[in-house]
Amino acid sequence: MFEFFGNINVDWMGIRKPLIALSILILLAGLISAVGRQLTPGGTDAFNLGVDFQGGTFITAKFKGEKPSEDGIRAALQTVGVNDSVIQSSIDKADEVLIKVPLIKGADEEAANQTQANVNANLAANSDSQTTDQAAAQTREKNQVDSGRALVKSALDSFGKEAEGTKTLAEDESAAYKIVGTDSVGPVAGEQLRNQAIIATLLGMLGILLFIAFRYDWTYAAGAVIAVFHDVLITLAFFSVFQWEVSLTVLAALLTLVGFSVNDSIVIFDRIRENLTLHRNEPIYNLTNRSINQTMSRTIITGGLVFLSVLALVLFGGEVLRGFSLALFVGVITGTYSTIAIASPIAIWWQDKIGAAKAKIVEVSKTERLASASRRSVSRRPIAR
Amino acid sequence: MKNSSLLIRTAVILAVTLIGFYLVFGPRGSVNASSFTWAGIKKNLSENINLGLDLKGGSHLVMRVKTDDYLKKLTENNKEAALTAAKEAELPVGDGTFVTENNNYQVSINVTDDSKTPEIIEAVKKKVDFSGWAESVSGDTITWSLPVAAQKVLKDQAVTQAERIIESRINAFGVKEPTFARHGASDSGQLLLQMPGVEDPERIKKLIGAESRLTLMKVDSPPNPSPVKIFPTEQAAIQSLGGTIPSNRKVFPFSERDDAANDKNNPQDKKEPTQWVVLESPAVVDGSELRDAAAVSRTGSESDYQISFSFKPGGAQKFGEWTGKNIGSYMAVVLNDEVKSAPYIKSQIFDTGEISGKFTKGTAEDLALTLKSGALPAEIEYQEERTVGPSLGADSIRAGVTASIGGLVFIVIFMLIYYRGSGVNAVLALLLNLLLTLAALIVFDSTLTLPGIAGLILGIGMAVDSNVLIFERIREEMRAGNSAASAVNEGFDRAFITIIDTHITTIISSVILYMYGSGPIKGFAVTLILGLLINLFSAVFVSRTIFMWLLERNPNMKKLSI
Repeated sequence: MFEFFGNINVDWMGIRKPLIALSILILLAGLISAVGRQLTPGGTDAFNLGVDFQGGTFITAKFKGEKPSEDGIRAALQTVGVNDSVIQSSIDKADEVLIKVPLIKGADEEAANQTQANVNANLAANSDSQTTDQAAAQTREKNQVDSGRALVKSALDSFGKEAEGTKTLAEDESAAYKIVGTDSVGPVAGEQLRNQAIIATLLGMLGILLFIAFRYDWTYAAGAVIAVFHDVLITLAFFSVFQWEVSLTVLAALLTLVGFSVNDSIVIFDRIRENLTLHRNEPIYNLTNRSINQTMSRTIITGGLVFLSVLALVLFGGEVLRGFSLALFVGVITGTYSTIAIASPIAIWWQDKIGAAKAKIVEVSKTERLASASRRSVSRRPIAR
Repeated sequence: MKNSSLLIRTAVILAVTLIGFYLVFGPRGSVNASSFTWAGIKKNLSENINLGLDLKGGSHLVMRVKTDDYLKKLTENNKEAALTAAKEAELPVGDGTFVTENNNYQVSINVTDDSKTPEIIEAVKKKVDFSGWAESVSGDTITWSLPVAAQKVLKDQAVTQAERIIESRINAFGVKEPTFARHGASDSGQLLLQMPGVEDPERIKKLIGAESRLTLMKVDSPPNPSPVKIFPTEQAAIQSLGGTIPSNRKVFPFSERDDAANDKNNPQDKKEPTQWVVLESPAVVDGSELRDAAAVSRTGSESDYQISFSFKPGGAQKFGEWTGKNIGSYMAVVLNDEVKSAPYIKSQIFDTGEISGKFTKGTAEDLALTLKSGALPAEIEYQEERTVGPSLGADSIRAGVTASIGGLVFIVIFMLIYYRGSGVNAVLALLLNLLLTLAALIVFDSTLTLPGIAGLILGIGMAVDSNVLIFERIREEMRAGNSAASAVNEGFDRAFITIIDTHITTIISSVILYMYGSGPIKGFAVTLILGLLINLFSAVFVSRTIFMWLLERNPNMKKLSI
């Protein structure tokens, strides 16, 4: 048999304190980054929220020939009145530029006021809808989720004209660029998506909590769910510190890592439960270590394989999946780590507390007490065979 | 006994695999030899799997019908209609008021003679639809107010009506395979439109939201042969009426324009119209009487289009009567509160007319379409717009698929090296999982999106994990000195508990995601749920059957290739 970890014997629970300290350190860094950024006037926000969550327009433009510099595009956008644009050259495709424009605040109100104050002028605009340019002006007022796309287009037009209609960039010879992708989200929809995401995630965790409590015990459910929270927060800390963009796909990744982290915790809890019936007199501390060691080869293989798949995603997954891949990348590591460093210590600690409460009434030796207390709480349900 | 259970298991697996193969790679519709060539199978595959817009390109629009505005307009109209109805019946009414605030919609009319109240109510209800409204009388006021439940019903009707009108506009526009449905919570008033292949949705957006109101009105002007009376400014027109516009007159701009050459660099620059006319209200006929409208070109030039229209019998009757009585008068063709043309009546006309003006082909077609499909019950606003060019979509597929295949190949190689003979077993289970998940997506008619691919990858990750859990357990049992047969049994039995727990946990959270998440998250949840359910079959049932089959052939096997 070819194997990595046949028999290992590591005192995992002995190093729980330094591990927890490490987690707290990363979380603190994330907190400082988030709060610091939020409070610094004129600086970036706590998170680099994508247009999905804060509204705005995200545009992918493909250029022919020489691509304008990021500064050039930024300057062009400033001339049409967009000051907070984020411009990023695509890493894997040399001819593409990603442009993010925040919600043009007050654009709607302005349009409304104009309508009120100057009905006649608007009527004139209506009648002008025969000409395409006037049509654009009209849609800018009324038909747009956000005026971002129209503004970006007018800014980019300074570099040459956009490929027309259904023609591709190659087909339209006189064109200099083409907008190949748009994501435009209005303020209402952005808020809706954000709230929906938070509610879905929290409810998902509640579901997990209840199921583990039903299958195992509250102490384990708490351990697993706190570990999951920890993983999500650590991942978010990375996103805040490095200002990676948080989009809907990142949310999908966070949810994926919730699944992965709980999965990992359950594998070990399951082994602890099994060991509790096999070794009745062993303290829970030792049992936990033994269970982690017994499942270590599985942890390494699964974790390693998933890690490598995610690495492939980070390297070859492309720009659109970047946020997703990065979130999973961090998540896979922290998800495996948190089972050992967070979920198990919390479960043990809690069971220790239960045991200590009982000990005041019945005098038993420490080891027996712990073992029996945990057995009571864990092996209440019959182990199905 | 054992033999027969193995047979049944094998039969089930073979049947499921074949069905899976057919669903994913099999031809639909006509079958011929070319369906089974490599290219044919590729074609089948791309036809069978329904790709989402983010992968094949297209537009995704979320719009909302402004249902509050609809109720406001309805309340206001009902007030007017109620007053008119009472006045026509020559009943003693004073003035009316209406409230449209904080989800509170009510109409009140004042009665000058209390004793006539029941008659007024009767007269009003004969003409105005107040069904669903709560009626109350206090002193000399009759009030109709709209209960919350009825508001919901009316809003829902407005959305349904908008849905129907927009659908007819989309269909007339010729969008291929659009999906158009309600979106979000049931009372959100949101509609989701997905149009594969449409890269720039500007024109269709304009068309969907367009409001085209056509009315034919008499111009307040001396009849032909004197020219139609035109004022240079709105003020001058109002002055001619004595400073205020009386209720039976309207002042509209007149712009039979052909000045298409506007300032292109400054589309915001609005020109003040220079021609105004005074019209007699109410209109002779309005757009609700339209039967048909079409864009026609007299000269054949692309930029010289007119819209011809015809009336329903009722409208034609009204129009004929009126034109018969008004030969020589000027009649204005009013489109969206703007006079497009003002010809004089040469002879009696019944059912056809024309909106002249220099429209481009596209504008004329869109106008005809919106005139024909009727008016939206309320304005719509766009909340979300996503477009993906086909090349961008193809790039994402390529990137996602490359990365996934890369990961998969690595996993396969690893499993074969690490678990040797049993690795083959695991790889078979993995591939079967992939095949059946795709088949299940086809069966449930789900679309495969980018987040869906992510779900697929996680599902494969979980499938690998299941195999690893089982194999590691079998190894442990063998180390403990068990025979191959009992190690396999123990391994599967014990690992099964863990696998069930991990799968159910993830399924629970995915189901919640599916219920509360939005579009892309739903796509992720669906593939993940399907992948996990199938995994219980492929990693547990199929793998075990393969082991059973091995042990059956060699019952005294001492060493297992694992």
